[in-house]
Amino acid sequence: MYRYDEYDQTIVDERVKQFRDQVRRRLAGELKEEEFLPLRLQNGLYMQIHGYMLRIAVPYGLISSPQMRMFAHIARKYDRGYGHFTTRQNIQFNWLKLEETPDILADLASVQMHGIQTSGNCIRNITSDEFAGVAQDEVVDPRPYAEIMRQWSTFHPEFAYLPRKFKIAISGATDDRAAIYAHDIGLSAIKNAQGETGFKVLVGGGLGRTPIIGSVICEFLPWQHLLTYIESIMRVYNQYGRRDNKYKARIKILVKDLGIDEFRRQVEADWADLENGPGTLTSEEVDRVTSFFIDPPYEALSDYNAKLNEFQADNRPFSHWMAKNVKPHRIPGYAIVVLSLKKPGEAPGDATAEQMDFIADLADRYSFGELRITHKQNLVLADVRQQDLISLWQEAGEQGLTTPNIGMLTDIISCPGAEFCTLANARSIPLAKLIAERFENLDYQYDIGEITLNISGCVNACGQHHIGNIGITGVEKKDHDEWYQVSIGGAEGNDSSLSKIIGPSFTFFQVPEVIERLIHIYLRERIEAERFIDTVRRIGHAPFKEHVYANDFVAQEEHNNGCGVMSAQYDVPYYSPRF
Amino acid sequence: MIIKNNTIVTDDWSVLRLSEQETAETVAVPAGKIIVPLKVWQAQRGNLQRCEAIGVWLGTDERAEDLKGDIEKFSVIAVHFPKFSDGRGFSIAYNLRARLGYRGELRAIGDVLRDQLFYLRRVGFDAFAPRPDRNIEDVLKGLADFSEVYQHSIDQKLPLFRRTQRKGNPATDTA
Ligand code: SF4
Repeated sequence: MYRYDEYDQTIVDERVKQFRDQVRRRLAGELKEEEFLPLRLQNGLYMQIHGYMLRIAVPYGLISSPQMRMFAHIARKYDRGYGHFTTRQNIQFNWLKLEETPDILADLASVQMHGIQTSGNCIRNITSDEFAGVAQDEVVDPRPYAEIMRQWSTFHPEFAYLPRKFKIAISGATDDRAAIYAHDIGLSAIKNAQGETGFKVLVGGGLGRTPIIGSVICEFLPWQHLLTYIESIMRVYNQYGRRDNKYKARIKILVKDLGIDEFRRQVEADWADLENGPGTLTSEEVDRVTSFFIDPPYEALSDYNAKLNEFQADNRPFSHWMAKNVKPHRIPGYAIVVLSLKKPGEAPGDATAEQMDFIADLADRYSFGELRITHKQNLVLADVRQQDLISLWQEAGEQGLTTPNIGMLTDIISCPGAEFCTLANARSIPLAKLIAERFENLDYQYDIGEITLNISGCVNACGQHHIGNIGITGVEKKDHDEWYQVSIGGAEGNDSSLSKIIGPSFTFFQVPEVIERLIHIYLRERIEAERFIDTVRRIGHAPFKEHVYANDFVAQEEHNNGCGVMSAQYDVPYYSPRF
Repeated sequence: MIIKNNTIVTDDWSVLRLSEQETAETVAVPAGKIIVPLKVWQAQRGNLQRCEAIGVWLGTDERAEDLKGDIEKFSVIAVHFPKFSDGRGFSIAYNLRARLGYRGELRAIGDVLRDQLFYLRRVGFDAFAPRPDRNIEDVLKGLADFSEVYQHSIDQKLPLFRRTQRKGNPATDTA
């Protein structure tokens, strides 16, 4: 993976110093909160319910074992012993003190990490395919380009105060695992007929209040022009994106208002001056960055079947794990292992300091000391020898990391929700837990097969509910109780689609039953190996809707001993500072 | 006092702002070194171009291109930041320098604060009139936040990868 040179290190160290002084000025009253806010946000620091939340950048989801150990250290020293991996391949700590954040950033800088641009109206941390470099269907390794864009976007002087946040995702495989259609800019690294590398560039995708699938602005952009072309997109957006209304400020609204053709015309008019200018990438630079992403020292192995097959035959849990959590690798004799952070009963994406240390050790012993964070809030050991799978499974199982549910119903994506987030209308994590417990039975999950379920505590869609096969959103109601909208038909990847709401909203305790009813219809109507999403697309929403609303729900008191909504897991102070 | 070319200097320009009752066509532009709003320049250019020294300022909803063909006429061009977080001014500055080739003084006025100064200088501002309630010496420190940058802009014509020989992965020979 990429290692900092003295330039990268200087920039990050100077950032820590700058931020330390900003915090000092804030605490001394020299900076007003309103002035400090965009500064702290650009370092990933939010004011949340329990105090300050820090979001740490994990560039394109890739980290080393020492970096993972640093997360464990931060969890222990500054937080309450755990962290939360997010859908943006980052990690968040929720219980921090402002005074300590400069020290945390200094600790992070010692392992080449930071919180730069993980929040605020700037170009955010760039996300990518969690299987980059190892996937069998990869055409171009996106990691060098992701790193090149990371550097380019870090402290870009012109684009630090955009109308709104700006997210870029890049994928280089035939199967899109980076949700590039749901980003402000989505890049698909491809090869043309001559075998040259370039990018299909999408613009104006996004979730949130107005979910839109990105439009193609350029079918094939030769790699040399990657940065200058993005620069022109940013410049048009920076000047003309709406700033009068926060909800209309994302680039998707500008693209929609202008139309993709007019937007492209403006971008290309700007780009005409930059094309082949100094910002154009050189092959030396691409080669230099690519040199950090060469293959680790793989051994010459062959696919290791006999013993694995034998063990699988005698061991159902292991064979389930092999089927769901282990993915094919492009090198013979190796496998990709997904460690599930979705054990029913646990908060999706949470890991304790002990688990983090343990996972770092696993990475050292089994996967060349590297790890990836997935946008589905799981962790990946990308380079495991197949002959090590049995012992890895046994060890990881002891830490509760082998739940064989990747891609299944309980592999729920969830935002932090009302217990942590001041914008939430409802809790997300407890609902995810309730649903996971209801569908814990593995045979039932396997019968249901591939399905995605995403939960967001409000319309901001951090849980990406629009691209879940089933999406759940906390909605605002006057009575201040928790209500959830349920939508179906969303999907990510190559056949992305946005989900549609099925009807009136539900209470916390009704949601699992709603899902159960949706599943009933699917199981009744599916043809052969059809997935849930295929059935929805084939038969439409109506049968689902009809069945869900056909019968009353059992009164929630019966589940709940009459105490209404479960109390929050943590004390929520009556004052929740919105930002 | 303003910050110019990295030092604090006295300043003898004043900035003309239209009050609600005034219009660009009729407002009386005082004599002396004055920076007028773009609209006033456009409405009164016949008279104003005869002044010995004249400056113009753009709001963030105006565009560098509005001064096309005129830039040689100004001793100073300013961009007014109504709020420090209104980032349009950064692209206006970039366009004035890169597209229009403006080489004279480019001044940031309005909500100009320490923590934006480094970026402001990078996109082509060389003069800064900090918000009056701020200690200008403190604001000046903002220019020294970073000693190195990755990307090219106005202050630095080449990106880092074209300026320096950066090392590749020591484990490979490609570096
Ligand atoms: S979706 Fe809403 S509730 Fe959930 S983390 Fe995002 S802003 Fe907070």
